[in-house]
Amino acid sequence: MAAKVPPPAVTPEGGGAPDNGFERGSGFTADSGAVFDNGAEPDTGAVLGSGVVLDSGNSVPNRIQAVTELRLGRIIAAAIALLVTALIIYQIAINQTFRWDLVWLYLRDIVVFRGILWTLLLTFGSMALAIVMAVVLALMRRSDNPVLRTIGGAYVFLFRGTPIYVQLVLWGLLSVLWPRISVGLPFGPEWFSFSTQDLITAFWAALLGLACNEAAYLSEIVRAGLDSVDAGQSEAAYALGLTKWQTLSRVVLPQAMRVIVPPTGNETISMLKTTSLVVAIPFTLDLFYATSAIGNRLYQPIPLLLIAAFWYLVLSSVLMLGQHMLERKFGRGIAVSG
Amino acid sequence: MNTAHIAPSSSDAQVSMAPMVEVRNVYKEFGTPPNAILVLRGIDLTVPKGSVTVLLGPSGSGKSTLLRCINELETITGGAIYVNGELLGYREDHQGRLHRLSDKQIAEQRSHVGMVFQRFNLFPHLTALQNVMLAPTLVHRAHRAEATIDALTQLGQVGLSDRADHYPSQLSGGQQQRVAIARALAMKPKLMLFDEPTSALDPELVGEVLAVMQNLAAQGMTMIIVTHEIGFARRVASQVVFMDGGVVVESGPPEILDNPMHPRFQQFLSHVT
Ligand SMILES: Nc1ncnc2c1ncn2[C@@H]1O[C@H](COP(=O)(O)OP(=O)(O)OP(=O)(O)O)[C@@H](O)[C@H]1O
Ligand SMILES: [Mg+2]
Repeated sequence: MAAKVPPPAVTPEGGGAPDNGFERGSGFTADSGAVFDNGAEPDTGAVLGSGVVLDSGNSVPNRIQAVTELRLGRIIAAAIALLVTALIIYQIAINQTFRWDLVWLYLRDIVVFRGILWTLLLTFGSMALAIVMAVVLALMRRSDNPVLRTIGGAYVFLFRGTPIYVQLVLWGLLSVLWPRISVGLPFGPEWFSFSTQDLITAFWAALLGLACNEAAYLSEIVRAGLDSVDAGQSEAAYALGLTKWQTLSRVVLPQAMRVIVPPTGNETISMLKTTSLVVAIPFTLDLFYATSAIGNRLYQPIPLLLIAAFWYLVLSSVLMLGQHMLERKFGRGIAVSG
Repeated sequence: MNTAHIAPSSSDAQVSMAPMVEVRNVYKEFGTPPNAILVLRGIDLTVPKGSVTVLLGPSGSGKSTLLRCINELETITGGAIYVNGELLGYREDHQGRLHRLSDKQIAEQRSHVGMVFQRFNLFPHLTALQNVMLAPTLVHRAHRAEATIDALTQLGQVGLSDRADHYPSQLSGGQQQRVAIARALAMKPKLMLFDEPTSALDPELVGEVLAVMQNLAAQGMTMIIVTHEIGFARRVASQVVFMDGGVVVESGPPEILDNPMHPRFQQFLSHVT
């Protein structure tokens, strides 16, 4: 018996299990062909009777060898699915408008590669900023200070309640709203000022726009993570004389990671694709804009769309792999004790 | 130590003579007045330096709450608590008005009081050694090498030198609780609080934890222990305090365990033993 780590507040969607159970159960009852009495089968019967299997230590002596029944329904369903898929692939392959020659040609274009780099920069830059903001927001919303709590709540309400596209357009229009940004005392004298357009370039508008939106979602994840850590952990830390900040950074957050990391990985993968919306700013260097621009120039939008899709797919596959490894790393050591 | 907030009428000489803990007419309510529940109703308790106080009482009598107030995990609603002559949680000005201390100052006060919990509350993401080292390196800003040596010494004291690199989940309950004691001792506390340290343990593991505590008492550590182990209380206690309904019903030397005066104490003991 040991201090149990409570189950994570964010649980993966289950639901497959009941289906499987039902399927298998019904299979056994309806199917009289399954062979349970191993003795009746000549093969297994011989093995069981002779007892020679005893020397192979980890083999199952009475492995069930059910006769696989051909079920017509399953075969028909699989056949239909295969047929439809084959038809679609065939149509794609023979359709000349896809221009596979152009796809192959521009797949490795330098502009496309630059677009990939910008997209990655936007993805990781905005996620990094969003994570910091999300921790602050989550702390505000858990604070016992009602002003901080309300402001944190209002932020999340606003940014989750409006479309990211609308927010990005607004970020693009920041220099129309406030042409100059000045530094000085609030409501007081001004020390110096910048032109908004110079200070917040399209890149920064895109990065800030994506980050501010993402922070609202991530703060919910961080909050769930912080809530998942047993209250006894911070009490033990306080009792040792740790300050609130030390308790948070050294005791609570490391344990919350187990709950925070997996969905944050999902958010990163989703951010990779959301960056394609920065055209709303407009930011014109990312993968999607770069490919569209080539497509428009060639009057061939479709092959370039395929290129964009291909690279997004490659990038998200790599991110998924990274997420998998991160999850394995953070699952260790904090395992629920036995 | 902040000498600005010592007990009102005290010179330095008196401070060293002062009891380790003075609980004066303490009230604690949970919630806000119309719906508040009063859990401590005027507790007075004096714990001399180097003594062992055993707190007994039925479930819900407020034992844990009192310990948590002494370690400022709860703020008291009325009265005052002094630890080593220092008022907890407040600074008293010339006119006798109280000013709440900052979170940092309260953390500093807590660092002088060790606490051991029923459920151990070890940090599961750290090894036994890291659990013991964490607070000294963060709070006392001890150097890594020194802190490691000291932590190993503390683990040796509780008989767990060979388990330094184990994570809590790899330790038995009794071992975890002993690491928790070592973790508290690493802060060199003046006072140790134990809240039912053996209640979550399998019976065969209780002895090893009680042995560590008895050893600690023999070394002169001031301790307040909430426990249902009456035999242990008889052996180790300098003072036994029986609480019920948020008040101290009876207190005195351990002999009162054999000769309880108050009927509620008599009834409690007949249930426990
Ligand atoms: N945070 C809280 N909010 C509201 N009520 C509380 C809180 N903590 C404790 N109480 C109440 O205070 C009373 C005393 O609790 P406490 O934990 O101090 O009792 P105890 O003597 O330690 O009991 P036990 O032997 O069961 O541990 C109980 O009625 C409990 O419900
Ligand atoms: Mg209790």
